[in-house]
Amino acid sequence: MSVGIESITRSAPERWAFEPGDVAATSDAALRQVLHGLPGVDQVGATQRAAGLATRSIKKDAKLQALDMAISMVDLTTLEGADTPGKVGAMCAKARQPDPSDRSVPPVAAVCVYPDLVGVAKEAVARSGIAVASVATAFPSGRASLAVKLADVKEAVSAGADEVDMVIDRGAFLAGRYGQVYAEIRAVREACGLAHLKVILETAELATLDNVARASWLAMLAGADFIKTSTGKVTPAATPPTALVMLAAVRDFEQTAGRRVGVKVAGGIRAAKDAIRYLVLVNEIAGPDWLTPELFRIGASTLLNDLLMQRSKQLTGQYAGADYFTLD
Amino acid sequence: MPRQDRSVAAGERPAEPGEPVWRYAPAPESRDVVSIEPEYGLFVAGEFRPAASGGSFATINPATEEPLARVAAAGRADVDAAVAAARSAYEQVWGTMAGSERAKYLYRIARQLQERAREFAVLESLDNGKPIKESRDVDIPLAAAHFFYYAGWADKLEHAGFGPDPRPLGVAGQVIPWNFPLLMAAWKLAPALAAGNTCVLKPAETTPLTALLLAQVCQEAGLPPGVLNVLTGAGDTGAELVSHPGVNKVAFTGSTEVGKEIARAVAGTDKKLTLELGGKAANIVFDDAPVEQAVEGIVNGIFFNQGHVCCAGSRLLVQESVAEVVVERLQRRLTTLRLGDPLDKNTDIGAINSRQQLEKIGELTKAGEAEGARRWSPPCQLPERGYWFPPTVFTGVAQSHRIAREEIFGPVLSVLTFRTPDEAVAKANNTPYGLSAGIWTDKGSRILWLAQKLRAGVIWANTYNRFDPASPFGGYQESGYGREGGRHGLAAYLNV
Amino acid sequence: MSDRKEVQPQQLPRLGVRKTYKLFIGGAFPRSESGRSYPVHSKDGALLAHAAQGSRKDVRDAVVAARKAFAGWSGATAYNRGQILYRVAEMLEGRAAQFAAEVAAADGGRKARAEAEVAAAIDRWVWYAGWSDKVAQVAGAANPVAGPYFNFSVPEPTGVVAILAPAESSLLGLVSVIAPAIVTGNTAVVVASEIRPLPAISLAEVLATSDLPAGVVNVVTGRTAELAPVLAGHMDVNAIDLTGIEAPSRAALQELAAANVKRVTYGNDDWAATPGTSRLMSFLEIKTVWHPAGT
Repeated sequence: MSVGIESITRSAPERWAFEPGDVAATSDAALRQVLHGLPGVDQVGATQRAAGLATRSIKKDAKLQALDMAISMVDLTTLEGADTPGKVGAMCAKARQPDPSDRSVPPVAAVCVYPDLVGVAKEAVARSGIAVASVATAFPSGRASLAVKLADVKEAVSAGADEVDMVIDRGAFLAGRYGQVYAEIRAVREACGLAHLKVILETAELATLDNVARASWLAMLAGADFIKTSTGKVTPAATPPTALVMLAAVRDFEQTAGRRVGVKVAGGIRAAKDAIRYLVLVNEIAGPDWLTPELFRIGASTLLNDLLMQRSKQLTGQYAGADYFTLD
Repeated sequence: MPRQDRSVAAGERPAEPGEPVWRYAPAPESRDVVSIEPEYGLFVAGEFRPAASGGSFATINPATEEPLARVAAAGRADVDAAVAAARSAYEQVWGTMAGSERAKYLYRIARQLQERAREFAVLESLDNGKPIKESRDVDIPLAAAHFFYYAGWADKLEHAGFGPDPRPLGVAGQVIPWNFPLLMAAWKLAPALAAGNTCVLKPAETTPLTALLLAQVCQEAGLPPGVLNVLTGAGDTGAELVSHPGVNKVAFTGSTEVGKEIARAVAGTDKKLTLELGGKAANIVFDDAPVEQAVEGIVNGIFFNQGHVCCAGSRLLVQESVAEVVVERLQRRLTTLRLGDPLDKNTDIGAINSRQQLEKIGELTKAGEAEGARRWSPPCQLPERGYWFPPTVFTGVAQSHRIAREEIFGPVLSVLTFRTPDEAVAKANNTPYGLSAGIWTDKGSRILWLAQKLRAGVIWANTYNRFDPASPFGGYQESGYGREGGRHGLAAYLNV
Repeated sequence: MSDRKEVQPQQLPRLGVRKTYKLFIGGAFPRSESGRSYPVHSKDGALLAHAAQGSRKDVRDAVVAARKAFAGWSGATAYNRGQILYRVAEMLEGRAAQFAAEVAAADGGRKARAEAEVAAAIDRWVWYAGWSDKVAQVAGAANPVAGPYFNFSVPEPTGVVAILAPAESSLLGLVSVIAPAIVTGNTAVVVASEIRPLPAISLAEVLATSDLPAGVVNVVTGRTAELAPVLAGHMDVNAIDLTGIEAPSRAALQELAAANVKRVTYGNDDWAATPGTSRLMSFLEIKTVWHPAGT
């Protein structure tokens, strides 16, 4: 017996947010009014909700589906000082074919590298459908002049990057210079041209969930295609409560602005179990519409093999061993 | 490497529009962890025995209507025997035992509740209908924690603020409800035993099984015979117990109606009485509330345990300026609630405990519609067998509606509005009940101002339905008297 | 040809594996960095073992470990601390026979008396475990100030506590000075009894296997006269319990302790009697908070 009484009533526009066009003046004061007018986030409540969703039990075909989704959402990443063309080439080969013994494994969504290795990556993933994402804007610290940051972006874009992962100026944000942060994101958005822009908030440095919510809205208003938790160079990186706040923000932003922004969690996600927990958060906070690589990504390196191992266990019934999966 | 046929995945078809992209597979907790006997006796003087009359009745699984076991129906002779056993244990063993020794029994029981946690949780969900997620994560851990907490008071009573040598009362007759069967047993037994009393416990008619398992645990812990006695039965067993002349202390949790009967029954005797009765709590949401968490708090407040909670936030008092937005977000959130098999780990909403309760909820919701309130539920599939009620929200509710005044004890929320803090207080207090209240605002001073003004024994600010053995719980006015939990919870069981 | 007599082979009893008594610092059992040890004798003069002779540097390391452990231990819920202390009691109970033998050897008394002392030590530990989630209710308060304010006082642990354990009572006294300090969230550096140190190290083994986080309790054995002044003058120790110091030597240590205004306590109680709450309350700071109540 099915009980469905009426669909959700659409009512008056969201009272806490505003139309993007309202933000004509992008001064610190104007943005402050808007961002500090957002509803607060109760840290304990948000943490509890995330913890509650972590008890969802995802088994059997639901788990297999989740693992395949997660693999298809991975941005396979190498961002080390010691990166070489050889290292990047090997990683891209893995991106195309995560498991040589199983062709049914989907390819990952993207590879993520420093701007000077974009060219290598482009060639290595050519004709595979895998996007090349480049970090930029003086990643990871973001401490450089706007001119330097834009030059960084332009190099990445001209080398062929399909996606740009920029960092916001956390110093400016914490000092209340919201106008500067906004302007920088807009400028980078321009410089990206057709490339998609992910804006890294570096949530660990923002420290409070209120700041995460405000930075999320600031980035979205400035034109971000994705908001991203972390550079992966600072701990803690992505955490469930942080992701929850960002997923709620993109959901609410769509309600007001009619535009869907994606979320990327990155840093410290090593186990398939954690990846699946993030998918549950996406599913139940933002909604099933976000369960696609167009709108959700996981930045990772070692996670991929754990996803493959869990996938193998689901299919064969036996726990897998690391030697059966390639390092890169 | 060998591979199974991916027939499951192969059978997947792309989702139709409106269908979930990702369906969670059934994730049932195994029933195997608990073995339910076909028949249980009463637990009197340390052993299980049939009722003197030989009578028994069935307890069923409300999610499937399947019978789980038969339990004994205690009559007057059984009550006599249990009270006598409790009296003798009190006088000869428990009432004279050093507190530090009593403590160690309670610690043993607490440890067993932790050891056998899964077993207790599954049994609770089978007998009560609540989701395994709740019995596993809330009921059983809190029950163990209650025993731990009060074990620690058993040998420290002189430090509890009741004088240098507070004494127990004697034999306690304790009648508990069906909504949190094991937890309510822990709330009653732990402080009573810690203080040196002996107990006769009457679990609810529809949920006797975890109390009986607890009795087994106490037996294994070596609890001296007669210290704990468990009499299963219906309302008449409870009535016999509370009016028995051999009982020094009566503790009752249940409906206000029955609470009043009990208060009348002990009038003129020297029996000490504590009551924990019904409520119609106001969950107050201000325009500056942390909205996302407030919506969670509303959901938790009325849909946790299917709304079978005396302190449920059954009246949402939302500031008028944000009412539409809050309700819309609430409705959206409710569409992600999962109703179904209580043993499925992903179930959020379980079964209604009995046909009787289901009918009562139905009657009041019909009244709500008749009174002109607007009714809404998210689409959900109710199973064919068992007792089920979808989460329901009434908007356009006025103080004068029955659904704003009477305790429904089900997953039904009544939404009213207010304009100012004073009006919120007035509306929240405009009830003969006074058990609990919720306050959602980002402003600390407002929380404390409201906390001072609200006539409720438990006030949750920016949270809801949080319980802890260290935190006293109990109501004002017709929600009862006495407190359970914390240092204050000892008072009910001491001669102070 | 010489006579060959039948030689009966000697049957010696099984050789035991003797325990090496080391220090307990940061959850591990290091030797003293000084490389020293000293002989420990039973009451009637028999050699029991050599114990590590801790140095000022060992004490320094112990304080570092205790400080490191403080944030986590004081930040744990009272329930969690109570659970861990109860677990210690479970472990002690499991090893009761071992402790009875060590106490009997140290004190030279009859086995029955040692067993009674061990039982009392276990029960003492259980008593303190149960205080964890009650101290705030007994020592805290909501204060009825004259104004539209909510005002409440809560007890908080003071930090790193140095403890000079009783010289004579090697287990019951030891437990009675350690448990009250840590149950409320303090971490401890304990200087064991100089003449009867061995049960302290065995206790450390129990603590190490009870889920007690590393560094919450550190035990240093050695010469009290050498180690006590180091702790008394240490600027990162918040409080000191001088119970194991004889009265004439106390004053000098109290003067050293004044350098960073340490909280000082001492007292040789009748260890057999149920304690009061003074030790429990000694290492607490009361914090009072005001907040307006208004719309």
